[in-house]
Amino acid sequence: MPEVLKAPLVVEFPFTRSLGPVQGAFLTGLRERVVLGVRTSDGRTLVPPVEYDPVTAEEIRDLVEVAPTGTVTTWAWNHAPRRDQPLDTPFAWALVRLDGADTALLHALDAPGPDAVHTGMRVRVRWAEERVGAITDIACFEPYDDSPNGGGPAEPAHHTGEFEDPVTGIVAPARLDYTYSPGRAQTAYINALADRRNVGERCPSCRKVYVPPRGACPTCGVATLEQVEVGPRGTVTTFCIVNIKAKNLDIEVPYVYAHIALDGADLALHGRIGGIPYDQVRMGLRVEPVWTEGARYPDHYRPTGEPDADYDTYKELV
Amino acid sequence: MTRDLPVRDVAVVAFAQTDHRRTSEELSEVEMLMPVLHAVLAQTGLKTADIGFTCSGSSDYLAGRAFSFTLALDGVGAWPPISESHVEMDGAWALYEAWTKLLTGDADTALVYSYGKSSPGPLRDVLTRQLDPYYVAPLWPDSVALAALQAQALIDAGDTDEPALATVAARSRDDATANSHAQLRGSVPQGEYVVRPLRTGDCPPIGDGAAAVILAAGERARELCDRPAWIRGIDHRIEAHGLGVRDLTDSPSTRLAAEKAGAFERPVDTAELHAPFTSQEVVLRKALKLDGSVRVNPSGGALAANPVMAAGLIRVGEAAARIHRSESDRALAHATSGPCLQQNLVAVLEGDPR
Repeated sequence: MPEVLKAPLVVEFPFTRSLGPVQGAFLTGLRERVVLGVRTSDGRTLVPPVEYDPVTAEEIRDLVEVAPTGTVTTWAWNHAPRRDQPLDTPFAWALVRLDGADTALLHALDAPGPDAVHTGMRVRVRWAEERVGAITDIACFEPYDDSPNGGGPAEPAHHTGEFEDPVTGIVAPARLDYTYSPGRAQTAYINALADRRNVGERCPSCRKVYVPPRGACPTCGVATLEQVEVGPRGTVTTFCIVNIKAKNLDIEVPYVYAHIALDGADLALHGRIGGIPYDQVRMGLRVEPVWTEGARYPDHYRPTGEPDADYDTYKELV
Repeated sequence: MTRDLPVRDVAVVAFAQTDHRRTSEELSEVEMLMPVLHAVLAQTGLKTADIGFTCSGSSDYLAGRAFSFTLALDGVGAWPPISESHVEMDGAWALYEAWTKLLTGDADTALVYSYGKSSPGPLRDVLTRQLDPYYVAPLWPDSVALAALQAQALIDAGDTDEPALATVAARSRDDATANSHAQLRGSVPQGEYVVRPLRTGDCPPIGDGAAAVILAAGERARELCDRPAWIRGIDHRIEAHGLGVRDLTDSPSTRLAAEKAGAFERPVDTAELHAPFTSQEVVLRKALKLDGSVRVNPSGGALAANPVMAAGLIRVGEAAARIHRSESDRALAHATSGPCLQQNLVAVLEGDPR
């Protein structure tokens, strides 16, 4: 079996999310070192606050301030923090019920070790140095001595939830790192392409040749195992003229992007057409791949100079 | 208490699954899935064209491949065009959709499949992306951490302790020795803490796999299977997304789904529970009122193989297969989704009297 091909694949988005009146007030409050909850009609205070009562689905908007101190309701010791988690040294995950709240908030708890953490322990918010209106404005929780010697319990002020310059949205970056492997059929295709050969696979049932192959005939639902070399020449079956420059793509517009049926293939692949003015590309144009030094796939396709293919020879592939 | 019975008798008539492995990197998703589709069809003699409805469950986040379920359809052979649907959920919910489709009478047979390739990505981190994007996801609390919070709550409540959790782990992997598809079998050390109080032994293996079942209604089911596993009831329920709003030591959504599915009307002899973490079996046993007379997870359960998006469907398939083999007469199958058993599905399956 040939070596499995692998390549890093990073999927990364900066998710931009708008906030409603409740989440916006809560996150603005964190920026101002104020923790807000929301009161339900039966008198419970939910922290973190939500816009709808999780029990009755009633719209709730009555914001109340709670203390930045609270009690751990459950915890778990994380001895190996992962990328993007709140602290990069070992810490406890904790659900903390803040004083004045009836529900608990999830965050990190900075403590010297698991022996220093227990359910029921008293903690307080440690604010982040720079605060922007996000849950990470709470850097973490930290142990808190609320005996008279330790300063006594913190009293919440009675903030209204109205702020100057309220936060209306967050940008939440999310990045996941994968190691992509393309599977048997596409590995064979990619390896052959590195030798400048187009190798498709034939369906044992309908006899169609797929290139690039994906390992299964989408019509018959069976494995395609017989390898068939196709091309290198082919026929433009249809095309479009691209007028908008893609980001990070160094190709002058307008250019032509085409479906190309390689000779011997029963499925058109796509590629850019060069070596001909864009407004002269046409269905039936005969083309061949153009390789650049060291490339693993053709840079583009150019006219071969042959007469155009008759429509009947490729109409099934349009 | 009376319950409206399903308007039509629908049964699981076939079940197939892959061997579940840490990685299937030499196969694409469709290459991994296709043999399972062929196997489940072969059990009934049906071809794709004979199937009235096809429904699948998967998540693109696992392998980081956009629209992977459309590529997976290549393995079905969807031509001439088939009646098809997909859920971005565990295949157990695809089965629920297929069941409702059969109840309407629009179809007499359904193919349900699901697959998950967790090996290409950082699964613990990938699963954080299903969490509340405002308050929770920015902290990246991984799947083991959230389960560990639940486990500690159970320990604090006196519902379990670490030795009891180790017993669940050992029993599951021991039962899995009889399951050739399982990824973790036999004696597996409890190991070190992953996130305390959960040790490696308390956590499911990370791996790739696929599963498929065929549903059939009425007489069609009897034609296709010697002893169909009739779905007497099936229901799913969800709890609030806020972890701090919930009582993590209980699962009211499981209990309600079980009640709606008729699970408490008569005792079951077998239960296949989708409890990826040992501590979650403790919660489910309590919610479902399972006593020592019920055979729990004879397959080894999700602690032996947990291909994400397929592991719930596999619970239904394993329960049905025991009825097919006359090793059970009335079985409960459970599937879960989300952190700390947030959403739960319960199905009750029965065989005809022997």
